[in-house]
Amino acid sequence: MSATARVEERLFQNRYLVDSGRPHIKIKPHDVPSRALLAMTRLCPVGCYSLSDSGQVEISADGCVECGTCRIVTQSTGELEWNYPRGGFGVLYKFG
Amino acid sequence: MIEERFDAIVIGAGPSGNAAAYTLATEGLKVLQIERGEYSGSKNVQGAILYADALEKIIPDFRDDAPLERHVIEQRIWTMDDSSHTGMHYRSDDFNEDRPNRYTILRAQFDKWFSSRVRQAGAILLCETTVTELVKDLQGKVIGVRTDRGGGPILADVVILAEGVNGLVGHRSGLRPEIAPDSVALAVKEMHFLPRETIEARFNITGNEGVVIEAMGTITKGMTGTGFLYTNEESISIGIGCIVSDFAESEVTPFELLEAFKNHPSIKPLLVGSECKEYAAHLIPEGGYKAIPQLVGDGWIVVGDAGQFVNAVHREGSNLAMTTGRIAAETVVSLHRRRIAMTRENLSAYEQGLAKTFVMKDLRKYRGIPALLHANKANFFGLYPQLISQAMQTWFRVDGVDKVSKEKAIFRSFRTGRTLGGLIGDAFRLVRAWR
Ligand SMILES: Cc1cc2nc3c(=O)[nH]c(=O)nc-3n(C[C@H](O)[C@H](O)[C@H](O)COP(=O)(O)OP(=O)(O)OC[C@H]3O[C@@H](n4cnc5c(N)ncnc54)[C@H](O)[C@@H]3O)c2cc1C
Ligand code: SF4
Repeated sequence: MSATARVEERLFQNRYLVDSGRPHIKIKPHDVPSRALLAMTRLCPVGCYSLSDSGQVEISADGCVECGTCRIVTQSTGELEWNYPRGGFGVLYKFG
Repeated sequence: MIEERFDAIVIGAGPSGNAAAYTLATEGLKVLQIERGEYSGSKNVQGAILYADALEKIIPDFRDDAPLERHVIEQRIWTMDDSSHTGMHYRSDDFNEDRPNRYTILRAQFDKWFSSRVRQAGAILLCETTVTELVKDLQGKVIGVRTDRGGGPILADVVILAEGVNGLVGHRSGLRPEIAPDSVALAVKEMHFLPRETIEARFNITGNEGVVIEAMGTITKGMTGTGFLYTNEESISIGIGCIVSDFAESEVTPFELLEAFKNHPSIKPLLVGSECKEYAAHLIPEGGYKAIPQLVGDGWIVVGDAGQFVNAVHREGSNLAMTTGRIAAETVVSLHRRRIAMTRENLSAYEQGLAKTFVMKDLRKYRGIPALLHANKANFFGLYPQLISQAMQTWFRVDGVDKVSKEKAIFRSFRTGRTLGGLIGDAFRLVRAWR
């Protein structure tokens, strides 16, 4: 346990079955992200969201734990297309 | 795929879905249960304390083979500031009883076990399958579901939605509104492994005895939320959660919040030398009584987290999930036996059944708490924990200052921290919300 731990290191411990090429969350094209979408770059518990050099929010959903936080936060802005991964894919908890 | 027609379809295989499917199958109904995970539990996260009573009412002999970690003999409730904790500990040998009332569990393993009992009882379980929508007839009555496996709809007399907090199916079918960001918490949790002897020495326990800690204070950095630490056989579950809208306004990330909690001087020694083997996150519906949506309609019933059945004050959820699942199933069984249609009116017997249980009574009792904590979060999760810590420090530090002066200093610090009117007001509001 170190004070400088990064979330990426934690995700190596988790089991996932990634549905390659079929991301279950998509961000609709945008010029300027809403405050809610921008907040996801901090709020996603596994750090799926990042900010591109040109100021758009991007997602890489491979480490997603399907919590639904981004769905709830952006519900009124409609910037996300959010679905569960196909049955059987995604995170697989051993302990929960 | 499945061409048959079922008496009931249950969406989800968490505690609410398993309780419902088990009860229906035991009573001889033809049940199909659909779960999107590889197995029941593979998508689920909990602290996790299991309350025996709710499960005992469904499977009385569960203790014989359910995977239980430790039975709780000691409960610690901590108010924390950045360098201290003020605790209430209750420990009793009475909890070393033949049929303990609380256990720690690992959800992935517990759910798998519960699910095996559901299948033994005769329900058909379809895993790795996500329900995409409800199928309705021309009158708007729910008559079945569609899944991501394609094919035609699967039909049933009634659909029980046990799909958990996100509730996509019910929400997208227009049965209930989306959850508001201020009535749902995001919790992050890690599993830390240690040899069982180390856990027993650190927590002063033997055999299968367990200790649980619930914590609040500046650990949530002014946000409405709580932390927890539970002992399992060979691991420690540690986590912290805050209301999503608070997180959205804050600069702290959930991961950093958990790291800071783990590094708190009161927590760190309990985790020393451990190996983290899993990092999880999940939402908890915390809107309480006022957030409960419509629960029944023509051909459908909602149970568990999808119906907002969580008592956030007492950290109870899985027991409400199992109880609502059981009562929903009993309602369906009773209508089925009497060949009465599964209409909204007839299914409302479920709501009447719930009203008689602890589920509705407790949620009603605490209906004012979520709004109260939220409106006064700076006091309850910042100022008061700090004041309590200062008071304790003043009181216990022996430094040549006389006790009368110390009492005065403590009183003064409360008065300057919060006006007397403010203090009394908060106390009054808390008591009123509690009643
Ligand atoms: C960090 C944390 C700590 C907690 N601690 C405690 C505690 O100590 N004690 C306690 O009693 N409660 C606790 N709770 C609350 C408890 O976990 C929940 O109340 C309980 O799990 C709700 O059960 P459920 O069956 O309604 O939902 P869930 O357990 O979420 O189960 C829903 C199931 O439905 C499946 N599903 C969802 N959508 C679909 C779909 N479209 N198609 C197919 N399957 C689907 C999911 O994969 C899942 O298996 C805690 C919760 C969290 C997050
Ligand atoms: S669902 Fe949760 S884990 Fe997945 S991207 Fe959204 S916030 Fe991150």
